[in-house]
Amino acid sequence: MESILEIQEQQSKLKMTPAATPSSVLNNFVPVSDDHKIIARDINAYFGKVQALKNISLSIPGNSVVAIIGPSGCGKSTFLRSINRMHEIIPGSKITGSLTLDGQDIYQMDAVMVRKRIGMVFQKPNPFPTMSIFDNVAAGLKMNGMRRKAPLKEIVEKSLRQAALWDEVKDSLSKGGTSLSGGQQQRLCIARTLAVNPEVILMDEPASALDPISTSKIEELIYELKKQYTIVIVTHNMQQAARVSDFTAFFYLGQLIEYDETKAIFTNPHLKQTEDYITGRFG
Amino acid sequence: MYSLSVLCALLALTPLALILYHTLSLGFSALNWDFFTKLPKPVGEPGGGMANAIVGTLILVGLGSLLGLPVGVFAGIYLSEMGRGKFATVLRFLTDVLNGIPSIVTGVVAYTLVVLPMKHFSAYAGGAALGILMIPTITRTTEEMMKTVPRAYREAALALGISQWKTTLRIVLRTALGGIVTGIMLALARAAGETAPLLFTSLNNRFWHTSLGQPIASLTVFIYNYGVSPFDDWIAQAWAGALVLMFLILLLSIAVRIATRSVHYER
Repeated sequence: MESILEIQEQQSKLKMTPAATPSSVLNNFVPVSDDHKIIARDINAYFGKVQALKNISLSIPGNSVVAIIGPSGCGKSTFLRSINRMHEIIPGSKITGSLTLDGQDIYQMDAVMVRKRIGMVFQKPNPFPTMSIFDNVAAGLKMNGMRRKAPLKEIVEKSLRQAALWDEVKDSLSKGGTSLSGGQQQRLCIARTLAVNPEVILMDEPASALDPISTSKIEELIYELKKQYTIVIVTHNMQQAARVSDFTAFFYLGQLIEYDETKAIFTNPHLKQTEDYITGRFG
Repeated sequence: MYSLSVLCALLALTPLALILYHTLSLGFSALNWDFFTKLPKPVGEPGGGMANAIVGTLILVGLGSLLGLPVGVFAGIYLSEMGRGKFATVLRFLTDVLNGIPSIVTGVVAYTLVVLPMKHFSAYAGGAALGILMIPTITRTTEEMMKTVPRAYREAALALGISQWKTTLRIVLRTALGGIVTGIMLALARAAGETAPLLFTSLNNRFWHTSLGQPIASLTVFIYNYGVSPFDDWIAQAWAGALVLMFLILLLSIAVRIATRSVHYER
């Protein structure tokens, strides 16, 4: 609780003295609220001795899309991967600070449980090469013990419909998942994530390996999914961030530079650094 | 450059082709139905077969697999998925050393570990020797093949809330299965062709074995015994034995390939 007050206090100070204190706390214009889905406080993440995240505090409201932008190597993916505890699978990695999901400490929960509740879509489509389209979508359920055919079928169809892929694959569910095109594979991966019924979906540059048409399909999908899920998306594409997100966080060199409503970030950023980045002057 | 590599390829294939031709031409004439169904005849009596040795070889390789397969595969999984730091480096090094140890030494190990305590030769001892021989090949191929599975698949599985163990066994191992099977087949073929470690573990038996705790016949030991004998019909039977062994391994490879083929989808 103290840290929330601290953030808010420091935010109010900002207007008067915009200097000296860590920018991660200073330029956070989305006030922390207890009913927010995910709240990160003072996250520091390391790869061996290299610090990838410095004091990140960021609060993510439910049923919204939060975009994380910033130049390569700024820590956006690391932050994303710290949310579903994928950061810790890398040897030599370390993380400090607190992350909560609905008020529960993510790092006190079982990692497998966390990942069931917080799904993830990766940059490159990665359907399992040994599995059919059907099995790819059912993988998360099957491997966690769900055997009965009927409900599995139902969930697979529902997930593929949600991912706007059903009409394209309904007649070839037994074909290999890798036989699809890149854009279809990525939607298959989204369907696979949805099948586990998560509350939050993390997307790590989900459209960066796709053509413009597939990209717009993914973006439409994000817009649809927002109704049911909380989405955090890392993207290099600023137009994409502007199009799909409600809130945008700008990361630079492992620090949170500015976090605000997307409209504000793109039309009226508080900091020169943010403005320079979104107008393409650096990064 | 091109002609040089073609020449070397031919050079490498020549002895193989010669052996194949020689074995076929000499062994085929001694092959008949009796060879597969009858026991060996005493010296001087013509005819007879190696039925007990064919079954014996299969049993020995089977016993060896019981030891070598699980140990090899799980050691490979350990090295690939968990093996970091000094212990893994040492283990990897020792596995390579074990791969280079002459098979007769492995026979001595099995002799010391199994034959001496039991006080007699047995199929178990032969199986143990062959199993130890299989371990390094299977371990290293399992490790290498599992390492070729992109991290993206492991991450995808973990991110779905699939536990580490299920990810390893049902995603990574399954994706690498084709390569691992090749390694296992190589190990099986090598084990089936071993003679030296069997000489003082499973010994030999001119009759059907009565239990796995007793000496057991094997094709390779028969080939050795018959091949160095002064009797023409025995020498011919040795060639036939070699031919049968070759085709046994071929059949085994094909069967395993077919059984595991459906695992990968076309890309």
